[in-house]
Order: sequence, then structure tokens, then C-alpha cells
Amino acid sequence: MRYAMAIDVNKCVGCGDCVVACQTENNVPLGYSRDWIMEFVKGDYPDLFLHFESQRCNHCEDTPCVRTCPTGASHVIEGGIVKVTHDECIGCGACIEACPYDARYFHPDGYVDKCTFCDHRVKDGLDPACVSVCPTECMYFGDLDDPESKISKLLKERENYTILPEAGTKPQIYYLK
Amino acid sequence: MEKLLATDRNIDYLYPHVDVWGFPISSYLFLGGLAAGILLFAALYYLLGKEKDMPFTVKIGPLFAFPIIVLGLFLLVFDLHHKLYVWQLFMTARAVSPMSWGAWTLVIVSFFSLLWPLSFIDSIDEYLIKRGWSKMTKVTEYLIKLEHKWIIPHFIIIMFRKYRKFLAFVMLIYSIILGIYTGILLSAFNAHPLWNNPILGPLFLTSGVSTGSAFVMWLSNNKKERLLMSAIDMSLIAIELFFIVHMFMGMEAGAEVYKQAAGLFLGGEFTAVFWGVFVGMGLILPFILEALELKGFHIPIVVPAILILVGGLIFRIIMVQAGQMSEYPMFP
Ligand code: SF4
Ligand code: SF4
Repeated sequence: MRYAMAIDVNKCVGCGDCVVACQTENNVPLGYSRDWIMEFVKGDYPDLFLHFESQRCNHCEDTPCVRTCPTGASHVIEGGIVKVTHDECIGCGACIEACPYDARYFHPDGYVDKCTFCDHRVKDGLDPACVSVCPTECMYFGDLDDPESKISKLLKERENYTILPEAGTKPQIYYLK
Repeated sequence: MEKLLATDRNIDYLYPHVDVWGFPISSYLFLGGLAAGILLFAALYYLLGKEKDMPFTVKIGPLFAFPIIVLGLFLLVFDLHHKLYVWQLFMTARAVSPMSWGAWTLVIVSFFSLLWPLSFIDSIDEYLIKRGWSKMTKVTEYLIKLEHKWIIPHFIIIMFRKYRKFLAFVMLIYSIILGIYTGILLSAFNAHPLWNNPILGPLFLTSGVSTGSAFVMWLSNNKKERLLMSAIDMSLIAIELFFIVHMFMGMEAGAEVYKQAAGLFLGGEFTAVFWGVFVGMGLILPFILEALELKGFHIPIVVPAILILVGGLIFRIIMVQAGQMSEYPMFP
């Protein structure tokens, strides 16, 4: 099993619902967020357009954050989801330094926190909170190992990209062009 | 292409992460390197049979290594955000995580730094009396008393004395590992192009050993020992300069992100402090002073020694700070 997410950047309007849904679902402390929207202006004048990217931990295939963690608090579970065990984390910050995406942060309680792909929902067959609330339905979540899954088909049919592939972590959040 | 805004990312204290590691980590790396240098010289000159000629290097210097390591470990723990869980660090050993094997190395080295001087305690006591360091003799005499009372496990020290040659060899290896570790801790992070650099290990080792020699040179009162250390230090400085030049040449020949990382030091915001303060006053100036001293000019040895020690600390502060600022740019 290999969970991944595909996000259609043409449908995304940058409303930020995914951010709020995550904060509510996962009890993210006030002033923090596990996912976020990047907003860019692209093109040359006068052909300008806005480009939105909903970003979060890429649940990379090659995980520098897990590798550098001294205690094993950062680990990979079934489906390639990268998680942090709070009471094994000493808050050394090594994983934060290791992540090219700045996807992790220190929770005010001291341990490191990040996107979990809502594994507690996923194991019940639900979509992650962000995916389930998106009003434009621009996000798809699923199993890449299953060639019949919607996400596998979409990635085959449509051109897509990942963020910072040059950082070498094999990110698993795909953006559909 | 222009970045307009990042929803929930315009939080100053969260993103970008440029100060996850600060002064405590830089000092931890500095103290680790210093202790590695001190112990490396002690083991090396013991193995070379220079115990009598270089009493400070072999016996007295290591006395300082233990408190230095303890201070370093204290700073490491101080910097943790989840301090109460620090014991988790010692529940596993993970070879792929430098933070993990480095912490273990530090523990092993701290045992050596404790037992090594204890095994020499009688002659250390004599030395201290001769030098009139009466405050420190109180410590050694207390330790001797404890040892005689069997409170410090006597047999461990006896064993240590018996197998000192072998243990000196192990200590030599471990001090090198410790020195390299202080650089590898940073170079393990691909996400920061400045750190992602194989020269960092040898460079930090050389710099650490150089601070070790400065420390010995500063506190020894034996003229021969001082001159030897200052000659060694000069070659270490030369090696350091060689590594530094190579590091930047390598980065300039690399991909765009590496060029940008090098740019921080070649015209960017760290140019003045790196070249002016660290290279100029922490490497070249002490090098010149040491050269003059060897030529017979009278230079108070404390001046180059302190310059090197402060320079070593500044070097680590710069590398830790600049490394965190060197990142892959987040543009589509
Ligand atoms: S995005 Fe960062 S935190 Fe997430 S798996 Fe990749 S390296 Fe680790
Ligand atoms: S901060 Fe926690 S999860 Fe991150 S590397 Fe350190 S111990 Fe591991």
C-alpha cells in the first residue's frame, strides 16, 4: 500500500478550507498549522494568473526526517505515512532541519508535530479531513499501489509535478497541472 | 514568478525554520570538538611515549575534558524542546542518525575522559603541587581519598592502568570519531545545501583538534610542549584553510542551490564575519603570531590561543546559523 495525494492546481481557489479542517480535526494549537496554501503570481504581464498550492508533509518515500531522528520517534507506518510518536520525541529538532519542506514544527508542548494524512480517519476508510472538505473537490487521496484507484488513474492520465523533487526525498503529494 | 502570500505560513516564529538550532548547539559542537582535541593529543602522545616530556598534554589536559563534555551535554539537553523525555535518546542507538550515535560517542568519550585522569591521579597531584594550583589539588586529593576508600571502583582504575596502552588506542579512535561527528551532525542534512558537504566532517575535526592544541598551548607551562603545540597548530590552521577553500570551490561547481549557499559567504551576509572575524582573526592572525613566536619573538602565548578558541566557537555559530538559512527555494 502506498498512500498519496493528488491536488488539481487548476481547481484550487485558495480558500483555505483544508487548513481550517485540519486544525479542527487534529486539534492543532492556535497559531499553528499542519497544512498551508502557497499563492503565486505566474506568467508575464498582461497574461498573469494566480497559482495555488495546498501544501503539507509530503510523506516522502525517502525520509530524511525519519533517518535523522535519534530516538525513532519519527517513523513510517503502513501505507508510507510518516508519523511522530509524541512520547518518544525529545524535541531535538533534527527532523525539522532534515525536512526540505518545513513541514514540521514544535508543538507548544515540546514534541514535534506534523500532518499525519489523518491516519485515524484513513484506517476507517475515510479521506483525510482536508480532502473531505474541499469545496472544489480538487484533492484526491488514495493508494498508488492499486492501479484501479482514482488517484493512480489520474496520475496516469494527467501531467503532474511534485514540489522540490531535486531535494531527493521522493515526495508523495502530486500536483495535477 | 512572485510569491504573494502563504496562508498560515506568515507566522514569524514558525516559518521559515531558521533558528531551530542556536547558540546551545553551536557551543555543543565547539565543546565536543575541544574535548576531542584534548583527548586526541593525550592519547597520541602517550602512545608515542612522551608521557614524561609532555605532562600537561598527556595527564593534565584530559582533566578538563570531562567537565567540558558534561557542559556540552548539558547544553544539548537544554536545547531540547521535550526535555523530560531526554532518556529516550539512550533507549536506542540508531546508526543512521548522527544525533543518536553522536550522543552515544559522547557518553563513551566521557567515560574515558573521567577514567584517564583518574588513572594518573597521583602524578597529577604532584604536578599540581609543583605548579602551585592549590585549588585543584584539593580536588585531586579528594579523589585520591575516595579511591582509597574504594568509593570510586578501585579495580576499574587498576584495570585501566594495566591496559592503558590499549585504552589509549581506543581513546584516540573515539576522539577522532567525536571530532568528525561534530561536523557530520550538520552534513547529514540534505535539506540545507550549505551543510550537505562531505568536507564538513574533516573540517570540524581539524578545527576541533586545533582548539585542543590551543588549549594545551595556553595552559601548559612547559616551554617545549608549548612550542610543539604551536607548531602543530600552525599546520592544522593550514589544513583548515585548505579545506575551507575546497569547500567553497566544490559548492561553486555544484548546482544552483549550492552556489547560493556559497554566496552567503562570498558577498552575502556572512562574508564579513566569516572572512574577517573567523578566517582573519581566528586563523590567520594566530598563525602569524605563532610563526613569530617560533622565530623567537616574545609573544604572550595566551593571545593566539584565545584567538583560536574564540574563532572556533564563532566558526560553529556561523555554520549553524548560515546553514539554516541555506534552503531549497519553495517555488513551483
Ligand atoms: S515532507 Fe518533510 S516531514 Fe514529511 S516525510 Fe518529507 S521530509 Fe519528512
Ligand atoms: S524532534 Fe523528535 S521526532 Fe524530531 S528528530 Fe528529534 S526526537 Fe525525532
